[in-house]
Amino acid sequence: MVAHDDVVVTAPVTVPYSRYSVRNAHWFCAQALAGLLQSSGLPKSEIDGLCVGSFTLAPDSAIGLTQHLGVTVRWLDYLPLGGACGVVALRRALRAVQSGDAEVVACIGADTNHVDSFRQTLESFSVFARDAVFPYGSGGPNASFAFLTAYYMRLYGATREDFGKICIAQRDNALAYPNALFKKPLSMREYLEGRVIADPIHLFDCVMPCAGAEGFLVMSRRRAENLGLPYARVRSTCERHNAFPEDPIQMRGGWVLDRDRLYGSAGIEPCDVDFVQTYDDYPVMSAMQIEDLGFCEKGAAPEFIRRHTFTTEGSFPINTCGGQLSVGQAGCAAGFLGLVESIRQLSGRNLARPVPNARFGLAVGYGMITYDRGLCSAAAILSRADA
Amino acid sequence: MTAPFTRPKRKNPVLRTRLPLPPPGARSRAALGLSAAAAMGKFKLQVCEACRCVQYPPREACGSCLSPRLRWREQDGFGELLADTQVHLSQEPYFRERAPWRIGMVRLDAGPTVIVHLHSACGPAPCRVRVGARLDKAGQGVLIGFPVDEVANMADDRQLREMTCDPKFRKVLITDGKTAVGQALARTIIAAGADLVWVGQAEPWKRSAGLEALSALPQVAIVPLDLTDSSSVVEAAGSIGGRVDILINNAEVHRTYGISARNGTDAARLEMDVNYFGLLRLAQGFGPAMRGRAADGAAGATAWVNLLSIYALSNFPPHGTFSASKAAALSLSQALRAEMRGSGIRVINVFPGPIDDEWNQPLPPPKLAAEALAKSVVSALKDGVEDVYPGDVAQEWLARWEENPKVLERELTA
Ligand SMILES: [Zn+2]
Repeated sequence: MVAHDDVVVTAPVTVPYSRYSVRNAHWFCAQALAGLLQSSGLPKSEIDGLCVGSFTLAPDSAIGLTQHLGVTVRWLDYLPLGGACGVVALRRALRAVQSGDAEVVACIGADTNHVDSFRQTLESFSVFARDAVFPYGSGGPNASFAFLTAYYMRLYGATREDFGKICIAQRDNALAYPNALFKKPLSMREYLEGRVIADPIHLFDCVMPCAGAEGFLVMSRRRAENLGLPYARVRSTCERHNAFPEDPIQMRGGWVLDRDRLYGSAGIEPCDVDFVQTYDDYPVMSAMQIEDLGFCEKGAAPEFIRRHTFTTEGSFPINTCGGQLSVGQAGCAAGFLGLVESIRQLSGRNLARPVPNARFGLAVGYGMITYDRGLCSAAAILSRADA
Repeated sequence: MTAPFTRPKRKNPVLRTRLPLPPPGARSRAALGLSAAAAMGKFKLQVCEACRCVQYPPREACGSCLSPRLRWREQDGFGELLADTQVHLSQEPYFRERAPWRIGMVRLDAGPTVIVHLHSACGPAPCRVRVGARLDKAGQGVLIGFPVDEVANMADDRQLREMTCDPKFRKVLITDGKTAVGQALARTIIAAGADLVWVGQAEPWKRSAGLEALSALPQVAIVPLDLTDSSSVVEAAGSIGGRVDILINNAEVHRTYGISARNGTDAARLEMDVNYFGLLRLAQGFGPAMRGRAADGAAGATAWVNLLSIYALSNFPPHGTFSASKAAALSLSQALRAEMRGSGIRVINVFPGPIDDEWNQPLPPPKLAAEALAKSVVSALKDGVEDVYPGDVAQEWLARWEENPKVLERELTA
């Protein structure tokens, strides 16, 4: 047995994103695995656990991928959980390493994006979506989050400027991150004048679906140190599915049920967190996560946003590489983006601007709107090796 | 109030006719229960027989107690509009062509949160709404949020008109103008705002005072049309088929025989020739052009109405051969519905009980007056339903048939 806090994450890898790709998801998985091997210096034979999150592998799943990639593993998991798959993959891999079921687990989130694949994914995303959402205007997540955003704005007095402030700060962070698809600064005026997609959602509130992959390795601290790999420690994690089903509309996520335990087992308070990678599929979700993860009271995020700054040097750095809003949303890779960036920030492997003296980082997972709300909420607290 | 629907501009004949594209039509088997109810003009949701919990979206087992005993039950639809939006950017061509498209999220008083097409007179959120079900252009049941109180021109809502077949400003063919039903249909549909009504006339040498009076109306034009004659149908389709928006096939032959009361097959053959083969000839003649014009502007081709009979469900032995011909027509109409569905043309079947005409003279009341039948056809068009059972007798037979078709057969053959 390996002690829980002796399991670490290392070898953060990003397969550069593109708006569309003629490659399939297997190609992106292969590139991600190759990146993990190169980054760690391990031969393929040393990878004995594999965990994959993807929407576009069909008709394959993780098992077909073992033959595709030529890996022989003794532990395998497949997690098509969208925005939550990164944190959930980390949790599962951590337990596998802890219990000795595997020694080195490769966690990969990868999806391709063909010209029509986004529509096809939406059309067949879930039985509930096909029966009770998609026939109503076929607006996809933009329409679902238009409801949540409109309701949140009305209930708590948030303004478009509040959401704009987050998007603009993230864009500023993205300018220093080489893998971001958006490379131009964003002004409040441009944000406010972005064309309406599904009111109150406008263009710059939306992520751009794209192709790409993210990955990391989970192993024991001793193994990482023997390999000479810089790593981040996993201090605490949580996941919750279908929380608060009685709420008529989603104004809170499952984090509310788990945050005390999350901070408790990490031995820290929210004020000890140096940066947060929110799951920013829409800025309203960043606001909700700030509340539900204890940085302010429910409904106080608009005031919190007005009081804080969010760039890497700001008073509350979020999405330090730009987040999905500025990097792009590569399907299930989006569920890995915040974790991979957190590992980089905490292990001195920055590609984006570093958050000064960062010791603790929080990466949030959220996703799977199979009907009217995101069913998964997850979070992980990582720390620097010496924290 | 809703802005009144105004007469669409005359179409430029040089422009290409927009091809009909249906909205997303794939549904799970469970969800088809919503469509089946909407086809009859009802809003039903699954209710758990064990714990009374109302379910949505449709499912296979109760989301609360897991019982598989879910029954579709009618809902009043009252609820609170939580949020609404206009979808400007849609993933589907159907909605792209019609953007922006208004939708809402409603918490029903009965429990579930539902996503609806939202009538323009609702809201903004928060406000009370009443949810109802309609068939969309894919022929599938969808939910619509309506204002709680009736507003002026409610039926003229742009999105609602996609779900209905309102005769306003449309051109209508009624295949037989000689019967009282045909004449009542023409007058009722003109009163509902139809622009032009062609009424078919077979055997023009036989005079009909009612038809002559009808033809004096400015909206009415007589067309020679004999459903037993393929070339007559082809000719009529050639001259007006490209302009018919609503086709109402009311032509029928009704003889009152069972099997042994009369020798030979002449009468039965004539019934089949009009009631069944007549529909087949019409469908081949007029179907393709109507399909092609199903997305032709705001008042394009929209509906096909068959006058069937409640006897189509279960044979009424004193009218045995007539019942059989209507059952054949019902079966064919289902094939027609399947072929029309991709275009969005709605096939409406009307199942009246005995109509108050000479052929039902020996039957006791209640019998359905021609005017009442015509009214129910126009309401069916306005509501966009698929199956209509007008009159008390039809309603009673339907209830008995739904409960147990085998018992109804026994009752009718007693
Ligand atoms: Zn139940």
